[in-house]
Amino acid sequence: MDVASAKLIGAGLAAIGLAGVGVGIGNIFGTLVSSIARNPAARDQVFGIGILGFALTEAVALYALMVAFLLLFVF
Amino acid sequence: MAVQHSPLAQFTIERLIPLHLGRIDVSYTNSALMMTIVVVLITGLLVFATRRAQLVPGRLQSVAELIYEFTARMVDENLGAEGRAFFPFIFSLFTFLLFGNLISLIPFSYSFTAQIVVTAALALFVFLLVTIVAFVRHGFHFFSFFLPEGTPLIMAPLIIPIEIVSYLARPVTLAIRLFANMMAEHALMVIFAGFAVALGYFFFLPVLIDVAIYALEVIVFSLQAYIFAILSVLYLRDALYLH
Repeated sequence: MDVASAKLIGAGLAAIGLAGVGVGIGNIFGTLVSSIARNPAARDQVFGIGILGFALTEAVALYALMVAFLLLFVF
Repeated sequence: MAVQHSPLAQFTIERLIPLHLGRIDVSYTNSALMMTIVVVLITGLLVFATRRAQLVPGRLQSVAELIYEFTARMVDENLGAEGRAFFPFIFSLFTFLLFGNLISLIPFSYSFTAQIVVTAALALFVFLLVTIVAFVRHGFHFFSFFLPEGTPLIMAPLIIPIEIVSYLARPVTLAIRLFANMMAEHALMVIFAGFAVALGYFFFLPVLIDVAIYALEVIVFSLQAYIFAILSVLYLRDALYLH
Protein backbone atom coordinates (compact mmCIF):
# COMPACT_ATOMS: atom_id res chain seq x y z
CA MET A 1 0.00 0.00 0.00
CA ASP A 2 1.50 3.33 -0.95
CA VAL A 3 1.57 6.40 1.25
CA ALA A 4 -1.14 8.30 -0.61
CA SER A 5 -3.71 5.53 -0.18
CA ALA A 6 -2.74 5.08 3.45
CA LYS A 7 -3.29 8.80 4.01
CA LEU A 8 -6.77 8.62 2.55
CA ILE A 9 -7.68 5.56 4.59
CA GLY A 10 -6.33 7.23 7.73
CA ALA A 11 -8.35 10.36 7.09
CA GLY A 12 -11.47 8.30 6.60
CA LEU A 13 -10.85 6.42 9.83
CA ALA A 14 -10.36 9.70 11.69
CA ALA A 15 -13.90 10.69 10.75
CA ILE A 16 -15.25 7.78 12.85
CA GLY A 17 -14.65 9.92 15.94
CA LEU A 18 -17.48 12.18 14.86
CA ALA A 19 -19.97 9.50 15.91
CA GLY A 20 -19.18 10.15 19.58
CA VAL A 21 -19.61 13.88 19.05
CA GLY A 22 -23.03 13.32 17.51
CA VAL A 23 -24.10 11.32 20.54
CA GLY A 24 -22.70 13.96 22.87
CA ILE A 25 -24.41 16.93 21.26
CA GLY A 26 -27.69 15.04 21.04
CA ASN A 27 -27.34 14.21 24.72
CA ILE A 28 -26.73 17.83 25.70
CA PHE A 29 -29.70 19.22 23.85
CA GLY A 30 -31.96 16.35 24.86
CA THR A 31 -31.15 17.01 28.50
CA LEU A 32 -31.55 20.75 27.93
CA VAL A 33 -35.03 20.35 26.48
CA SER A 34 -36.05 17.90 29.18
CA SER A 35 -34.77 20.14 31.98
CA ILE A 36 -36.55 23.21 30.58
CA ALA A 37 -39.70 21.12 30.30
CA ARG A 38 -39.44 20.18 33.96
CA ASN A 39 -38.75 23.70 35.16
CA PRO A 40 -39.45 26.42 32.61
CA ALA A 41 -38.37 29.11 35.04
CA ALA A 42 -34.76 27.90 34.96
CA ARG A 43 -34.54 28.44 31.23
CA ASP A 44 -32.17 31.39 31.19
CA GLN A 45 -29.63 29.81 33.52
CA VAL A 46 -29.68 26.40 31.92
CA PHE A 47 -29.56 27.69 28.36
CA GLY A 48 -26.21 29.44 28.81
CA ILE A 49 -24.56 26.37 30.25
CA GLY A 50 -26.14 24.25 27.51
CA ILE A 51 -24.65 26.41 24.78
CA LEU A 52 -21.26 26.34 26.52
CA GLY A 53 -21.43 22.54 26.65
CA PHE A 54 -22.43 22.39 23.01
CA ALA A 55 -19.49 24.49 21.87
CA LEU A 56 -17.04 22.45 23.92
CA THR A 57 -18.38 19.19 22.48
CA GLU A 58 -18.32 20.60 18.95
CA ALA A 59 -14.66 21.36 19.48
CA VAL A 60 -13.99 17.61 19.77
CA ALA A 61 -15.51 17.18 16.32
CA LEU A 62 -13.02 19.71 15.06
CA TYR A 63 -10.15 17.92 16.76
CA ALA A 64 -11.12 14.83 14.72
CA LEU A 65 -11.23 17.01 11.61
CA MET A 66 -7.76 18.33 12.47
CA VAL A 67 -6.43 14.77 12.73
CA ALA A 68 -7.87 14.01 9.30
CA PHE A 69 -6.31 17.16 7.81
CA LEU A 70 -3.03 16.40 9.53
CA LEU A 71 -2.94 12.96 7.97
CA LEU A 72 -3.94 14.22 4.55
CA PHE A 73 -1.85 17.33 4.15
CA VAL A 74 1.05 17.27 6.56
CA PHE A 75 2.44 13.77 6.32
CA MET B 1 -14.64 20.25 -13.59
CA ALA B 2 -11.36 20.77 -11.82
CA VAL B 3 -11.20 22.90 -8.68
CA GLN B 4 -9.37 26.04 -9.64
CA HIS B 5 -8.49 27.29 -6.18
CA SER B 6 -7.99 25.20 -3.10
CA PRO B 7 -10.45 26.14 -0.31
CA LEU B 8 -7.40 26.83 1.82
CA ALA B 9 -6.04 29.47 -0.57
CA GLN B 10 -8.03 32.16 1.26
CA PHE B 11 -5.74 31.82 4.26
CA THR B 12 -2.48 32.72 2.55
CA ILE B 13 -0.63 35.56 4.21
CA GLU B 14 0.46 38.39 1.92
CA ARG B 15 3.08 40.91 2.86
CA LEU B 16 1.68 44.38 2.34
CA ILE B 17 4.73 46.30 3.58
CA PRO B 18 7.87 44.15 3.61
CA LEU B 19 10.04 44.87 6.66
CA HIS B 20 13.01 42.98 8.00
CA LEU B 21 14.81 43.27 11.33
CA GLY B 22 18.06 41.60 10.43
CA ARG B 23 16.93 38.10 9.57
CA ILE B 24 13.52 38.33 11.23
CA ASP B 25 10.60 39.03 8.94
CA VAL B 26 8.35 41.61 10.57
CA SER B 27 6.42 42.58 7.44
CA TYR B 28 3.07 44.22 7.80
CA THR B 29 0.79 41.50 6.46
CA ASN B 30 -2.88 41.38 5.56
CA SER B 31 -3.39 39.55 8.84
CA ALA B 32 -1.82 42.46 10.73
CA LEU B 33 -3.95 44.89 8.74
CA MET B 34 -7.14 43.15 9.85
CA MET B 35 -5.97 43.16 13.44
CA THR B 36 -5.27 46.89 13.21
CA ILE B 37 -8.70 47.52 11.73
CA VAL B 38 -10.33 45.51 14.52
CA VAL B 39 -8.49 47.45 17.23
CA VAL B 40 -9.37 50.78 15.60
CA LEU B 41 -13.02 49.71 15.33
CA ILE B 42 -13.26 48.68 18.97
CA THR B 43 -11.53 51.81 20.21
CA GLY B 44 -13.63 53.99 17.93
CA LEU B 45 -16.84 52.33 19.06
CA LEU B 46 -16.05 52.82 22.73
CA VAL B 47 -14.73 56.37 22.39
CA PHE B 48 -17.55 57.64 20.23
CA ALA B 49 -20.20 55.84 22.24
CA THR B 50 -19.21 57.46 25.51
CA ARG B 51 -18.74 60.98 24.22
CA ARG B 52 -21.46 63.07 25.81
CA ALA B 53 -22.73 59.97 27.54
CA GLN B 54 -26.34 60.30 28.57
CA LEU B 55 -28.24 58.66 31.38
CA VAL B 56 -30.72 57.20 28.91
CA PRO B 57 -28.34 55.89 26.25
CA GLY B 58 -28.70 56.46 22.56
CA ARG B 59 -28.11 53.69 20.01
CA LEU B 60 -24.32 53.64 19.86
CA GLN B 61 -23.95 54.03 23.59
CA SER B 62 -26.36 51.13 24.08
CA VAL B 63 -24.19 48.88 21.96
CA ALA B 64 -21.07 49.77 23.89
CA GLU B 65 -22.89 49.36 27.20
CA LEU B 66 -24.24 45.99 26.06
CA ILE B 67 -20.79 44.62 25.32
CA TYR B 68 -19.38 46.12 28.52
CA GLU B 69 -22.14 44.77 30.73
CA PHE B 70 -22.01 41.34 29.17
CA THR B 71 -18.29 41.04 29.85
CA ALA B 72 -18.60 42.63 33.29
CA ARG B 73 -21.30 40.15 34.27
CA MET B 74 -19.20 37.26 32.96
CA VAL B 75 -16.21 38.35 35.06
CA ASP B 76 -18.20 39.34 38.12
CA GLU B 77 -20.25 36.16 38.37
CA ASN B 78 -17.27 33.87 38.05
CA LEU B 79 -14.38 35.73 39.62
CA GLY B 80 -15.97 37.84 42.30
CA ALA B 81 -14.31 40.82 43.87
CA GLU B 82 -10.70 39.74 43.46
CA GLY B 83 -11.23 39.15 39.78
CA ARG B 84 -12.03 42.78 39.03
CA ALA B 85 -8.37 43.34 38.19
CA PHE B 86 -8.68 40.94 35.27
CA PHE B 87 -11.66 42.64 33.70
CA PRO B 88 -9.68 44.84 31.23
CA PHE B 89 -7.80 41.80 29.99
CA ILE B 90 -10.93 39.71 29.53
CA PHE B 91 -12.71 42.62 27.87
CA SER B 92 -9.86 43.20 25.42
CA LEU B 93 -9.61 39.49 24.68
CA PHE B 94 -13.34 39.06 24.15
CA THR B 95 -13.86 42.13 21.96
CA PHE B 96 -10.71 41.44 19.93
CA LEU B 97 -11.84 37.91 19.18
CA LEU B 98 -15.48 38.87 18.63
CA PHE B 99 -14.72 41.67 16.19
CA GLY B 100 -11.92 39.66 14.60
CA ASN B 101 -14.18 36.69 13.98
CA LEU B 102 -17.09 38.74 12.67
CA ILE B 103 -15.02 41.02 10.43
CA SER B 104 -13.79 37.94 8.57
CA LEU B 105 -17.32 37.47 7.25
CA ILE B 106 -17.06 40.59 5.09
CA PRO B 107 -16.29 39.50 1.52
CA PHE B 108 -12.68 39.98 0.46
CA SER B 109 -11.49 40.43 4.03
CA TYR B 110 -9.15 38.13 5.90
CA SER B 111 -9.65 35.89 8.91
CA PHE B 112 -6.75 36.32 11.27
CA THR B 113 -8.28 34.03 13.89
CA ALA B 114 -8.03 31.21 11.35
CA GLN B 115 -4.26 31.39 11.86
CA ILE B 116 -3.03 28.87 14.41
CA VAL B 117 -0.21 31.22 15.38
CA VAL B 118 -2.67 33.93 16.50
CA THR B 119 -4.90 31.61 18.51
CA ALA B 120 -1.92 29.74 19.93
CA ALA B 121 -0.30 33.00 21.05
CA LEU B 122 -3.50 34.10 22.80
CA ALA B 123 -4.09 30.68 24.36
CA LEU B 124 -0.50 30.45 25.55
CA PHE B 125 -0.76 33.93 27.06
CA VAL B 126 -3.92 32.96 28.94
CA PHE B 127 -2.32 29.73 30.15
CA LEU B 128 0.83 31.47 31.39
CA LEU B 129 -1.22 34.20 33.03
CA VAL B 130 -3.37 31.65 34.84
CA THR B 131 -0.41 29.56 35.99
CA ILE B 132 1.60 32.57 37.18
CA VAL B 133 -1.41 34.00 39.02
CA ALA B 134 -1.94 30.62 40.68
CA PHE B 135 1.70 30.41 41.79
CA VAL B 136 1.77 33.98 43.05
CA ARG B 137 -1.38 33.41 45.02
CA HIS B 138 -0.89 29.93 46.42
CA GLY B 139 2.80 29.18 46.12
CA PHE B 140 3.50 25.47 46.12
CA HIS B 141 0.03 24.75 47.45
CA PHE B 142 -0.92 25.14 43.76
CA PHE B 143 -0.02 21.48 43.23
CA SER B 144 -2.92 20.39 45.41
CA PHE B 145 -5.05 21.34 42.44
CA PHE B 146 -4.08 18.05 40.81
CA LEU B 147 -5.60 15.94 43.56
CA PRO B 148 -9.21 16.95 44.02
CA GLU B 149 -10.54 16.93 47.55
CA GLY B 150 -12.09 13.71 48.72
CA THR B 151 -10.37 11.33 46.33
CA PRO B 152 -9.13 8.17 48.05
CA LEU B 153 -5.34 8.16 48.31
CA ILE B 154 -5.16 4.79 46.52
CA MET B 155 -6.29 6.45 43.30
CA ALA B 156 -3.79 9.28 43.53
CA PRO B 157 -1.11 7.71 41.26
CA LEU B 158 -3.79 7.37 38.59
CA ILE B 159 -5.60 10.66 39.09
CA ILE B 160 -2.59 12.98 39.37
CA PRO B 161 -1.03 12.26 35.93
CA ILE B 162 -4.45 12.48 34.31
CA GLU B 163 -5.08 15.84 35.95
CA ILE B 164 -1.64 17.13 34.97
CA VAL B 165 -2.10 16.10 31.35
CA SER B 166 -5.54 17.65 31.22
CA TYR B 167 -4.15 20.87 32.71
CA LEU B 168 -1.36 20.99 30.15
CA ALA B 169 -3.88 20.28 27.39
CA ARG B 170 -5.73 23.49 28.20
CA PRO B 171 -3.77 25.92 25.99
CA VAL B 172 -3.70 23.32 23.21
CA THR B 173 -7.45 22.80 23.21
CA LEU B 174 -8.14 26.50 23.66
CA ALA B 175 -6.05 27.37 20.60
CA ILE B 176 -7.18 24.51 18.39
CA ARG B 177 -10.86 24.97 19.22
CA LEU B 178 -10.93 28.52 17.87
CA PHE B 179 -8.53 27.89 15.00
CA ALA B 180 -10.25 24.75 13.75
CA ASN B 181 -13.71 26.32 13.99
CA MET B 182 -12.65 29.37 11.97
CA MET B 183 -10.71 27.47 9.34
CA ALA B 184 -13.33 24.77 8.86
CA GLU B 185 -16.21 27.23 8.54
CA HIS B 186 -14.39 29.51 6.11
CA ALA B 187 -13.23 26.55 4.03
CA LEU B 188 -16.79 25.18 4.04
CA MET B 189 -18.16 28.42 2.60
CA VAL B 190 -15.57 28.40 -0.18
CA ILE B 191 -16.26 24.73 -0.91
CA PHE B 192 -19.98 25.37 -1.37
CA ALA B 193 -19.18 28.32 -3.59
CA GLY B 194 -17.05 25.95 -5.65
CA PHE B 195 -20.05 23.64 -6.01
CA ALA B 196 -22.03 26.56 -7.39
CA VAL B 197 -19.45 26.97 -10.15
CA ALA B 198 -19.49 23.25 -10.90
CA LEU B 199 -23.26 22.76 -11.08
CA GLY B 200 -23.98 25.09 -14.00
CA TYR B 201 -27.71 25.77 -14.19
CA PHE B 202 -28.41 24.57 -10.65
CA PHE B 203 -26.01 27.06 -9.14
CA PHE B 204 -28.69 28.49 -6.84
CA LEU B 205 -28.83 25.36 -4.68
CA PRO B 206 -25.29 25.61 -3.29
CA VAL B 207 -25.67 29.38 -3.11
CA LEU B 208 -28.77 29.03 -0.94
CA ILE B 209 -26.99 26.57 1.31
CA ASP B 210 -24.06 28.97 1.44
CA VAL B 211 -26.35 31.79 2.54
CA ALA B 212 -27.75 29.57 5.29
CA ILE B 213 -24.23 28.61 6.37
CA TYR B 214 -23.25 32.29 6.35
CA ALA B 215 -26.11 33.05 8.73
CA LEU B 216 -25.01 30.14 10.94
CA GLU B 217 -21.45 31.47 10.96
CA VAL B 218 -22.52 34.76 12.50
CA ILE B 219 -23.82 32.78 15.46
CA VAL B 220 -20.95 30.31 15.57
CA PHE B 221 -18.21 32.96 15.36
CA SER B 222 -19.73 35.04 18.14
CA LEU B 223 -20.17 31.88 20.19
CA GLN B 224 -16.53 30.87 19.69
CA ALA B 225 -15.28 34.26 20.83
CA TYR B 226 -17.50 33.96 23.90
CA ILE B 227 -16.27 30.40 24.55
CA PHE B 228 -12.63 31.51 24.48
CA ALA B 229 -13.36 34.34 26.89
CA ILE B 230 -15.49 32.30 29.30
CA LEU B 231 -12.94 29.50 29.38
CA SER B 232 -10.20 32.01 30.19
CA VAL B 233 -12.41 33.31 33.01
CA LEU B 234 -13.05 29.78 34.31
CA TYR B 235 -9.33 28.93 34.22
CA LEU B 236 -8.65 32.13 36.14
CA ARG B 237 -11.27 31.10 38.65
CA ASP B 238 -9.50 27.78 39.12
CA ALA B 239 -6.26 29.68 39.68
CA LEU B 240 -7.74 32.14 42.16
CA TYR B 241 -10.11 30.03 44.20
CA LEU B 242 -10.21 26.27 43.86
CA HIS B 243 -6.85 25.59 45.43
